[in-house]
Amino acid sequence: MIDVLVVGGGNAALCAALVAREAGASVLLLEAAPRAWRGGNSMHTRNLRCMHDAPQDVLTDAYPEEEFWQDLLKVTGGRTDEALARRVIRASSTVRPWMRGHGVHFQPSLSGTLHLSRTNAFFMGGGKALVNAYYRSAERLGVRVRYASAVARLEVDDGRFVAAFTDAGERIAARSCVLACGGFESNRDWLREAWGRNDRGEWPADRFLIRGTRYNQGQVLRELMALGADTLGDPTQAHMVAIDARAPLYDGGICTRVDCVSLGIVVNRDARRFYDEGEDFWPKRYAIWGRLVAQQPGQIAHSIIDAKAVGRFMPPVFEGARADTLAGLAPQLGLDPAVLEDTVRAFNAACRPGRFDHAVLDDCRTDGLEPPKTHWALPLDRPPFRGYTLRPGVTFTYLGARVDDRARVHFGGRPSANLFAAGELMAGNVLGQGYTAGVGMTIGTVFGRIAGAEAARACGHGAAASRVPDALEASLP
Amino acid sequence: MTPLQTLTEQARALASGPIAGPEEAEVARQLQICNACRYCEGFCAVFPAMTRRLEFPPADVHYLANLCHNCGACLHACQYAPPHEFAVNLPRAMARVRARTYADYAWPRPLGALFARNGLALSLALALAMSLLLAAALVRTGSLTAVPAGGDFYAVFPHGWMVGLFAPTFGFALLALGVGLWRFWRDQAPVREDEDRLAATREAGRDAIALTYLDGGHGEGYHNEDDRWTHARRHAHHLTVAGFALCFAATSVATLYHYLGGWVAPYDLPSLPKVLGVVGGVGLLLGPAALAVLRVRRDPEHGAREQRSMDLGFAALLWLSGATGLALWLARGHAGQTLWLAIHLGCVLALFVTLPYSKFAHGPYRVAALLKYAIERRQPDRLRLGGE
Repeated sequence: MIDVLVVGGGNAALCAALVAREAGASVLLLEAAPRAWRGGNSMHTRNLRCMHDAPQDVLTDAYPEEEFWQDLLKVTGGRTDEALARRVIRASSTVRPWMRGHGVHFQPSLSGTLHLSRTNAFFMGGGKALVNAYYRSAERLGVRVRYASAVARLEVDDGRFVAAFTDAGERIAARSCVLACGGFESNRDWLREAWGRNDRGEWPADRFLIRGTRYNQGQVLRELMALGADTLGDPTQAHMVAIDARAPLYDGGICTRVDCVSLGIVVNRDARRFYDEGEDFWPKRYAIWGRLVAQQPGQIAHSIIDAKAVGRFMPPVFEGARADTLAGLAPQLGLDPAVLEDTVRAFNAACRPGRFDHAVLDDCRTDGLEPPKTHWALPLDRPPFRGYTLRPGVTFTYLGARVDDRARVHFGGRPSANLFAAGELMAGNVLGQGYTAGVGMTIGTVFGRIAGAEAARACGHGAAASRVPDALEASLP
Repeated sequence: MTPLQTLTEQARALASGPIAGPEEAEVARQLQICNACRYCEGFCAVFPAMTRRLEFPPADVHYLANLCHNCGACLHACQYAPPHEFAVNLPRAMARVRARTYADYAWPRPLGALFARNGLALSLALALAMSLLLAAALVRTGSLTAVPAGGDFYAVFPHGWMVGLFAPTFGFALLALGVGLWRFWRDQAPVREDEDRLAATREAGRDAIALTYLDGGHGEGYHNEDDRWTHARRHAHHLTVAGFALCFAATSVATLYHYLGGWVAPYDLPSLPKVLGVVGGVGLLLGPAALAVLRVRRDPEHGAREQRSMDLGFAALLWLSGATGLALWLARGHAGQTLWLAIHLGCVLALFVTLPYSKFAHGPYRVAALLKYAIERRQPDRLRLGGE
């Protein structure tokens, strides 16, 4: 019988598998996806948020524990567990040498992401390069990897993991198990059920796109719930971004975002504005626009800019609709030309003169318009006009398993002796809502390593009964 | 395509840059995706150059494609690589455009197109034909089987003949390469004159010689068979370049000896031309052989299959030039010496005749692209894309 079974194949699963193997355990990793799609949502990531008290290689300045904690407190609106959060934050300052030891390379923040150069360490080549490096290292260390092996059921006896059953019905027993197989955002039926029907009789989730993997079907999460594991989080809570409506149903990743929202206006299906496009810098606002669009009729919206905006935002992956007049643009977007012209006329008339600067919260705003545009409000008057149709894109879900600081899954308030969870499946313990760049990978890395060390220890490997932090320190190169 | 259309296209290309074919359009399509993602920025020069642009007209595509060293890093790291429906495979798309660069900018153009398709067969056939031709000439003079006293090959193949054969060949190769390079550079947007040209030139030279952009951006190398990092091609390329340069130096030194010192070939160890030639010859045995093996073993996803023939053809001619040179040395004073001389001269002649149309052309275009990058990099970026 193998020692540690790791269910999942992304960052957290790989961290767990590597640490368990380093501790001497025999490890089998089951990845639901075939090899070409391995890595779950990790392959779409690009960085890791790191605490540091002084400049470090690719990280500028300092990002102390308290500031990281305050950032987390702010984005989650308090829906976080301080002890677990601080555990993650502190560990984030020491994980990178270990990551490097397994072949991960870091680079300074990418162009267009200078605002993250202090807080986030970027993976050279992005998350897929990280995933490739971890798989290579895992294979070298003797971790057995099986692709296209989704887990459908778990056999748990009085809170003790006994075995997992694959989709194909194969029973795989192990001494301990780490579950790191993501949320349920790829399961469209579950999203439909969670979001329900709105007042207009629509099923909003039917119009959602999934930004990441198609393999996060939530089978294991559902199984945990059926087995009576303690969970936390609201199933209707999901990280959602307004993305280009032409993005593929799955795996559109980062490039489908549309970054010109704050430079123009956004109208709904009726060609009417519905929210302040200039409320704050786009990186701080893109996540609320997913939900805003989800609430609009047809779950659709259109970002409209004029020629002045071109070259001021990250280039979009798809060409926008383009016309020399608004009346020409409207039909391309399925909008009523007269209403769109009316909306733009009212907006243009309300723009107050100011000094435009999209690098600061400038003083270009509207006056007497509802809803207002509070920054970067310039009249749309220089053709050609461009329009990008937006839809909600789901990044991840928050519903997950409740764990403690040893990553133990709980049943009725009692921790399991040999079943652990890491990554998106338990990220809700730290990130109950909201998001800040790179924090998902930080949670996945830190809790993946904790879960791997604990799972190895549960079957007699690794630092004998010592506290986990010591075991982790010992595993550092 | 009708002949008229072809002519019109070529005329347009002559007047205003490269032909915008499907290869260029495919790179432009992929770069639009890359430019919205940018995860690969740290790997090489292509991506920082890309972020200075919002659109990718054909001349820019040729520049970026020749800046690409085909390391494969961005393919293995790509979240949009096949089977993703975006089907991003920049190494392959770039390789296809480079094949077009070598063919379209070649002078005269039809020769370039010929080599782009049949590099290996054509190279070998040419080497064989040249060798046979020279051997036949020697048969006519009755000197093929003669063993010249003291290995003096000028006795069977007078020095004047050699100069008459090689000087025009080499001169033509230089001219053809120069015309291609001039056309390539002319199509690039003019670079500003107020930049520090010396620093840029130095940087480009260093990056070209060191193959900086084969190091993955982190110093661990490129991908060959799979996603493992390796320096193998870099080392094999260094060996090849060194071998070629040493052989070239051997010939140059010998020429000086001949005309200035009155010291006539053949030379023996430890004379300078001999030492340079033997060491260079060994380099040409090892380097191109290693390059060919790496090329054959390469992950087929990395490049354009149709370019393999061109790559192998050039490696074969380099290897043959080195191998036959060493064989000639070993055969000195034996019956086969004159035959080996014919074969060696045939191979070297084929190498130089094909220089402007073979894989050798990647060198000048690569250096030009690196120079443009080094200059461009020093200019302020006019885009302000926000998010800063």
